[in-house]
Amino acid sequence: MNKPIYFDYLATTPTDPRVVEKMTTCLSMEGNFGNPASRSHVFGWKAEEAVENARRQVANLINADSREIVWTSGATESDNLAIKGAAYFYKGKGRHILTSSIEHKAVLDSCRQLEREGYEVTYLEPTSEGLITCESVANSLRDDTILVSIMHANNEIGTVNDIAGIGEITRAAGVIFHVDAAQSAAKVPIDMDKMKVDLLSLSAHKMYGPKGIGALYVRRKPRVRLEAQMHGGGHERGMRSGTLATHQIVGMGEAAAIGMEEMESERDRVMALRERLWLGVKDLEAVQINGDLHQRLPGALNISFSFVEGESLIMSLKDLAISSGSACTSASLEPSYVLRALGLSDELAHSSLRFSIGRFTTKEDVDLAVEQLVHSVEKLRDLSPLWDMYKDGIDLDSVQWAAH
Amino acid sequence: MAYSDKVLDHYENPRNVGKMDVDKKNVGTGMVGAPACGDVMRLQIQVDDDGVIEDAKFKTYGCGSAIASSSLLTEWVKGKRLDEAEEIKNSQIAEELSLPPVKIHCSVLAEDAIKAAVADLRQKQGD
Ligand SMILES: Cc1ncc(COP(=O)(O)O)c(C=O)c1O
Ligand code: FES
Repeated sequence: MNKPIYFDYLATTPTDPRVVEKMTTCLSMEGNFGNPASRSHVFGWKAEEAVENARRQVANLINADSREIVWTSGATESDNLAIKGAAYFYKGKGRHILTSSIEHKAVLDSCRQLEREGYEVTYLEPTSEGLITCESVANSLRDDTILVSIMHANNEIGTVNDIAGIGEITRAAGVIFHVDAAQSAAKVPIDMDKMKVDLLSLSAHKMYGPKGIGALYVRRKPRVRLEAQMHGGGHERGMRSGTLATHQIVGMGEAAAIGMEEMESERDRVMALRERLWLGVKDLEAVQINGDLHQRLPGALNISFSFVEGESLIMSLKDLAISSGSACTSASLEPSYVLRALGLSDELAHSSLRFSIGRFTTKEDVDLAVEQLVHSVEKLRDLSPLWDMYKDGIDLDSVQWAAH
Repeated sequence: MAYSDKVLDHYENPRNVGKMDVDKKNVGTGMVGAPACGDVMRLQIQVDDDGVIEDAKFKTYGCGSAIASSSLLTEWVKGKRLDEAEEIKNSQIAEELSLPPVKIHCSVLAEDAIKAAVADLRQKQGD
C-alpha cells in the first residue's frame, strides 16, 4: 500500500495507464506529432484522424454528435466560453442569467464578470440537501432571462442535480441551458439525446485523462450560437482558435471510452467502498453526511465531525490525502461557501472533510482510513474544549464567544 | 503546508491536556476564540499560596499550530508568578515554534488566553 493513500478524486484523478500509453504515441518523432490543421501532408491527416476519433469517443460518452464537441483547455475554459459566449451572443434578447450559489468558481466568476458588464445574475440557493430544484429554476425565470447555468454534480459535496428536469423547463421557456458536468461525466449517465441541455462542460482530468484538456458540448439541434472568446486561426468552427493538442485530445478520448465502458461496474464497486467508509465512522457521536444521500456521485462523501477542527484533523491523518471543507489554512478564514449555502454553521463547516473514492481505491485503503479517522477524531475530541462543553450539556450557541 | 518539528511534537504529544475546577478560588480560566472562527482555546492556571503558578491545563479546538501554541504555553507558565506569565508575548511562542506568517494568529490566541486566565484569577482573588 502506497502512502499517503489518495482520497481526493474530486480534485483530480491519476491518469489511467491505458490513457498514458495512447498519449505517448503522439509525442514522438515516429509517432503522430503532426498539426491536425495541416491539410497538405500525411502528418496532418493522421493527426486529424486521431483528433476526430477522440471527438467521437467523447461524443459517445454523452450520446451526442461528434460535431457538437469543441475542444478547450479544461472545464474552466468551457464554463467561460459557454457563459460569456452565450451571454454576448444573445444579449439582444435580454441580460438576465440564472445560476446557483454552489457552482464552481469558474461559473461564479464568469457571472461576476458579466455583472460588471451590466448583466443581472440571480444566484439560486440549494436545499439543505445541496440540490437545486426544478421549481426554484422555474420560479426565477424572467422574460429577459437568456441563460441558465446549473452544475450537474457539485465538486465539494458530490450531490447530483436533476438536469433532465431543469432542461424541460428551460427549453419550454426558450432559454439556453448550460451544465457544468466536470464532476459527473463518466461517473453517472449523461444523454444529450434525451436531456435538453444546450451547453455542457467537460474536463479530462476528473475522469482519468490528462490535465489541461476539456471540451464544451454545443448543441446543433436546436442550434446554439456562441461568441468566441479566443480569436485566431478559426479552429473548432471558429468557436475556439488554437492549434489542437493532439496528445491531450487523444488522452481525453481514450479516457472517455474507458469511462463509458466501465461506468456501471465501477459505480457499484465505488459506491460499496463509500458505504464501507461511512459505516466505519457513523457510530462516532455527532457526525453527519453533508448533501443528499441518494442524488450523489458514487465516490463522494463529505462528512462533518462536530467539535474537531478540519485542518488539525487532516494534519493527524497524514497517511490520507483528503481535502478540508475548512479554509482556515488560507489567508481568509472563510469556511466553504458550498457548505454555508447548505445552512451549515461556520463551526460545522470548519469541521468537515471531503473524501472522494475512485478507480484505484481498494477495500484495504478504506479500512485503513476508517481506523485512522476514528482514532484521530477521538484523540482530537479529547483535546477539544467544545467536546467537553457538549458532553456537559452546554448549548454552544448560547455561549458568548470572544471572536477575534 | 509543512509544520515545524516542534509543532509536530506538541501536536503529537500535547502537554498538560485537561480541565480544572473553574469554581476553585485559586484557579483562573481563560477561554478565547470562537467556534465560528475555527479556533477556541481554554487555558487554566492554578496558583499556590505565594501566587506562583503550580499547574496549568489546556484544551484547544483549532489547527495544529493553535494546539501546539497552547501546549507550549502551559509548559512555560508553570513556576512563573502572574505578572511574569502575563509578560509572555505571542512573538516568543511563534519564534519557538517557527510558525509561518499565516499561523501567527494562533500564537496571538495563546497570548490572549494566558492574559484572560490571569485576569480571571485576579478578579476571583479580589485584587
Ligand atoms: C465542477 C467543476 N467545474 C470546473 C472545474 C474546473 O475544471 P478544470 O480544472 O478542467 O479547469 C472543476 C475542477 O476543479 C470542477 O470541479
Ligand atoms: S487556529 Fe486558525 S489557522 Fe490556526
